[in-house]
Amino acid sequence: MKLARDTWLIFQYEVVLLVRNPVSIAITLIQPITYLLLFTPFLKSVMGVSSYSNAFQIYVPSLFAAMGVYSGLFAGFSLLGAMRQGVVTRHRVTPVSRVSLLLGRVLMYVLLVVFQCVVVTVAAFAFGLRVQPGNFLFALVLLSLMVALSVSIGFDLALLVPNENSLGTLVNSASNGLALLAGVLIPLSVAPLWIQHVADWNPFAWGTNGMRSIFQGHIGASVVWEACLVMGLVATVTLVLSSRLFSREIA
Amino acid sequence: MSHSRKFQDCSHVIFDLSWAMGLMIEVSGLRKSFRSRRGRKATAVDAVRGVDFSVERAEIFGFLGPNGAGKSTTLRMLATLLRPDGGDAMIAGADLRRDPGQVRKRIGFVAQSSGTYGHSTGRRDLVLEARMYGVPKSAAQALADGVIAAFQLGDFADRQINTYSGGQRRRLDVALGVIHSPQVIFLDEPTAGLDPPSRARMWQEVRRLRDEGMTIFLTTHYLDEADTLCDRISIIDSGLIVAEGTPSDLKREISGDVVVVDLAAADTAGVPEPATVLQASKVLTEQPYVESCETIEHTLRLYVDSAATAIPQIMRALSGKGIEPGAIETRRPSLDDVFLAKTGHTLETG
Repeated sequence: MKLARDTWLIFQYEVVLLVRNPVSIAITLIQPITYLLLFTPFLKSVMGVSSYSNAFQIYVPSLFAAMGVYSGLFAGFSLLGAMRQGVVTRHRVTPVSRVSLLLGRVLMYVLLVVFQCVVVTVAAFAFGLRVQPGNFLFALVLLSLMVALSVSIGFDLALLVPNENSLGTLVNSASNGLALLAGVLIPLSVAPLWIQHVADWNPFAWGTNGMRSIFQGHIGASVVWEACLVMGLVATVTLVLSSRLFSREIA
Repeated sequence: MSHSRKFQDCSHVIFDLSWAMGLMIEVSGLRKSFRSRRGRKATAVDAVRGVDFSVERAEIFGFLGPNGAGKSTTLRMLATLLRPDGGDAMIAGADLRRDPGQVRKRIGFVAQSSGTYGHSTGRRDLVLEARMYGVPKSAAQALADGVIAAFQLGDFADRQINTYSGGQRRRLDVALGVIHSPQVIFLDEPTAGLDPPSRARMWQEVRRLRDEGMTIFLTTHYLDEADTLCDRISIIDSGLIVAEGTPSDLKREISGDVVVVDLAAADTAGVPEPATVLQASKVLTEQPYVESCETIEHTLRLYVDSAATAIPQIMRALSGKGIEPGAIETRRPSLDDVFLAKTGHTLETG
């Protein structure tokens, strides 16, 4: 009860600060929209897809996954910023739940990425994407799990490497690897076999495949429930680890 | 059975009594060391090496010491931010090591760095702060209005915090720290970096909080702040408390007067030879009326019974060795003299 209330409190506070700065949200939309408009035609011809509608059905879920991975992993920088400004210290001397300080921020990122993805979907809809509303909402749930996982990895990295320069290099390499091995540009189905085997160990690959299936209307496919299971499990474990790391002394 | 229960009740009463009698902070043997890495070697740095002190209700208690003396580390331990390696502390009747959650409810803490986002507003953070203590929304808004009035933040409370002046920001920090009416408030260097008018303003706010019954524990490396603001101080150096008392008691320990002899020549502004300083120090230390003599660069600080009778003798002793002092001044002992006497170095030079 206290956990839920405190999480809501931190979530609300962070969201209000975010909404107060709409320009920064608009800037985060430039890259996905660019990819959507300029990369989908490539994908269409490379993969030999018959229509733009089909090309979007393949690429939009990949773009969701890419946004989930990148926004999440880079979220560590905002945690470092909050720590540098003493905000985290100030909150930690109050009786507020320590886990909530983390969860509230994680949920803020979930909301942000979900919002971005809705905008991207609306844009893609204008160019011919068709997806069932129910399936779309289901994809957003899976996406939320992906964001929770990536944000908590991002926070872990920031807590373990509390130095902006090293963290930048680390996050860049980690996010590129995770994104490519999740097939966010070209689906893994056309990748060499060994890459597919490596990707089996990447939870984000499961999530991406699951979302793609949902977008194509195969909601009952085994890859969908497998994706939900893998993301749910891994996200939970990582969140528990992050909150442990976070609750430890931060000098 | 009934006997042991009686005993338990009794101990409970005693425990509450010491608190009710007015000890808000009781610290014994508190220690903390950090592991630091220099190259490949890991060494332990003893930041706080066992400190004992107690603070009474509605008292302004100051920790005076140079940077790196262990002031902030002690403060962060008492504010539940760092786990002590050893020792015990009771704060407002709650046990720091067994029940940090209770401690958090009863204290406020204002860190050296501000602790607010520049793009938030004062009012928004005040409301959040109250709500983090479990206050419902409307009551939190009322509390925010209350401290905005008390600390006179009204002109800027709804502006972005990064537009505030240093003094305004510091006042907001303290307002955030006391919005839930804690019994004890910890202030880490509350006036560091403030201009004189803002410092005076901050002192006024701290005294007001004390007069309202709050217990204030602050750290400072400013002598005048320790001297005029604090009711009682502890002098801390290299992780140990070296002296404790009211500023006037501590100064009284340094009996007599202080005579400061500057060996730099007044006319040429030339710095004297180190050998000359050494010789002067040796000569004066041997004088029977000089209780002690400390050398700080090219000045000598002499502790004497009476400056009026000592100065002519000092002049005579120095000119006997052919040394011409540039300037001689006399003053009452300050906390810096106490610091020098206890630690062997001055606060300014560290």
